[in-house]
Amino acid sequence: MKKVIMGNHALSYGAMLSRSQVISAYPITPQTQVVELLSEMCADGTLQAKFIKVESEHSAMASCIGASVAGARTFTATSAQGLALMHEMLHWASGGRLPIVMGNINRAMAPGWSIWTDQNDSLSQRDTGWMQFYCSSNQEVLDTTIQAFKIAETAGIPAMVVLDAFALSHTYEVVDIPDQAKVDAFLPSYKPYARLTPDAPCAFDGLTGPEHYFELRYKLQKDMEKVPALFNETSREFEKIFGRRLEAVEPYLCDDAEIILVTSGTAGFTARVAVDEMRKDGIKVGNLRIRMFRPFPFDDVRRLLAKVPKIAVLDRNISYGYHGIFCQEVKSALNGSGSKSPVFGFIAGLGGRDITVASFREVVDITRGQSTPAEEINWIGVKK
Amino acid sequence: MSKEKKMRLTLPEEELVGSGNLACQGCGANLALRYVLKAFGKRTAICIPACCWAVIDGAFPHSCLGIPVYHCAFETAASTATGVKAGLEMVGDTETQVIAWAGDGGTFDIGIQALSGTAERNDDILYVCYDNEAYMNTGIQRSSATPLGAWTTTTPVKFPKDRPKKDIDAIMAAHRIPYQATASIAYPEDLYKKALKAKNTRGTKFIHIYAPCPTGWKSRPEDTVKLARLAVQTCLFPLYEVEHGEKYTLNIKVQNKKPIEEYIKLQGRYRHLKPEAAAAIQEGIDRDWERLLKKVNAG
Repeated sequence: MKKVIMGNHALSYGAMLSRSQVISAYPITPQTQVVELLSEMCADGTLQAKFIKVESEHSAMASCIGASVAGARTFTATSAQGLALMHEMLHWASGGRLPIVMGNINRAMAPGWSIWTDQNDSLSQRDTGWMQFYCSSNQEVLDTTIQAFKIAETAGIPAMVVLDAFALSHTYEVVDIPDQAKVDAFLPSYKPYARLTPDAPCAFDGLTGPEHYFELRYKLQKDMEKVPALFNETSREFEKIFGRRLEAVEPYLCDDAEIILVTSGTAGFTARVAVDEMRKDGIKVGNLRIRMFRPFPFDDVRRLLAKVPKIAVLDRNISYGYHGIFCQEVKSALNGSGSKSPVFGFIAGLGGRDITVASFREVVDITRGQSTPAEEINWIGVKK
Repeated sequence: MSKEKKMRLTLPEEELVGSGNLACQGCGANLALRYVLKAFGKRTAICIPACCWAVIDGAFPHSCLGIPVYHCAFETAASTATGVKAGLEMVGDTETQVIAWAGDGGTFDIGIQALSGTAERNDDILYVCYDNEAYMNTGIQRSSATPLGAWTTTTPVKFPKDRPKKDIDAIMAAHRIPYQATASIAYPEDLYKKALKAKNTRGTKFIHIYAPCPTGWKSRPEDTVKLARLAVQTCLFPLYEVEHGEKYTLNIKVQNKKPIEEYIKLQGRYRHLKPEAAAAIQEGIDRDWERLLKKVNAG
């Protein structure tokens, strides 16, 4: 059934169709509609789930962890300060190997208070052991949520579905909401490897000495490394059932490109429009949108970028004292691959300043004008 | 037939706390969980945050408990237990009861927000605070449960605790939860009865168990039960129940209050105490006792 819905509601529908059993959440702008719709669905019985209305995001993730270890499929959603407050529990969820799925609406971190988009909230959680998927459309938000449960439960790793504040969360688009039967065929009920039950009493996540801890972390990394293949496998399965393909990275007119614009989130779709316009002007430019940030799709990025003459990475985030975070990752992926392509780093759109087609034209102008980057960071649209 | 009398046990024989665990000698917290699990039995899951019991239970891959254990983050005993209960029900297990089992630091201090949230929502769990009056697991640092005048490693003898213990029971009563009680390891039958009542009550239950700590209190391990009994007999830690935040019932009606000196002199943490400081402690006890009696009589 096709419906015009906002990005936040695409998350709610994704969680509902995935038959989430326990939802625990705390309100934060711009996430509120996600949990408002889910609480309605729980109240009217559309979704057979328990909705725990907690007193903080920290408790939201703690109760998701409790529900998940009891064997229930578990969902929450948050943003910015809320995600930061959860930080300790994000480690707990991944360390406990609990396949919780969370929507995070990208919102800039305070101070000053900002409710507008940038990616520093989710990227600050890079090393917590969560998978991260960045979306560019409402359809993708819904599809990714369903796919995230499948991957999370297979890998035993929690997953974050990430979308831009307002640019996606509050933007209405046509979304094909799949039939429940199809989703059930794709995503069977959650069968945990082990769970908290008096029928087989054991202790989970207790004191772990140096003789065991290291191996637990080694196994988490090894399972993370299997995710790219798992992602492709579930994508193929998803396409068979729903007719839509989800890629870890999405190349657009990259084959003959002289410059590839690397982007993520909604800026990725703006980049496509910019690519189309610049192609009309005879500029050979392509776009690579990175959807899966953790685990980082090294092989795909190397394969698609290694031979292009120039790479321009646009980040809506910053690692202070270094530069854009996607730019770091791209450089790190190409290092050792034999690629000699210069990587140009751009930062734009912090705190929700618009990233437009003109922004990408500026990016391409700078990249074309220099043989190697003159600056570590090229700032787009900043009032210096 | 011989006329030998059979010993009558006042508590169930079943032990769900294994022997040879990592508790210190004379640990009050160890007894506390033994008695509570005698009431709750095997169909129980427990959430243990950072506290002495996180260690007592044993290191991975061991556990001394005959029930499933989730070791959760310090401030999340209540919120994790809430999640476990919801999760169990959603996978079809409506029978298993869930206990959040935290120390005083995890309850009075870092976990109070999550506890308040759980209590306000009236989630169906039992929250137990075993109170040894300081951060004993990290090495005896003061918590807001540390009593007036006590030494800890962060309240040195030159500047001992200068504020009274936080009244956590009044805070819980303000949440109007269906059942709460104070209990003591020196009164196992009373403690057992209260745990049983909690087991048969739906909604949030809170039991505050007085659990002396020889390591932190600088007392003799063999004095643990004696100290816990003296705390009741001096009216320092009265045993009572509260229903719905209003109906107070006094369980041990102390007629002749023992002087606090009897309790203090058995503990190294009070060795520095001057007579006037001990008098101030006695005054505080008298005042709190009168306040409690008023609540009991009003109910």
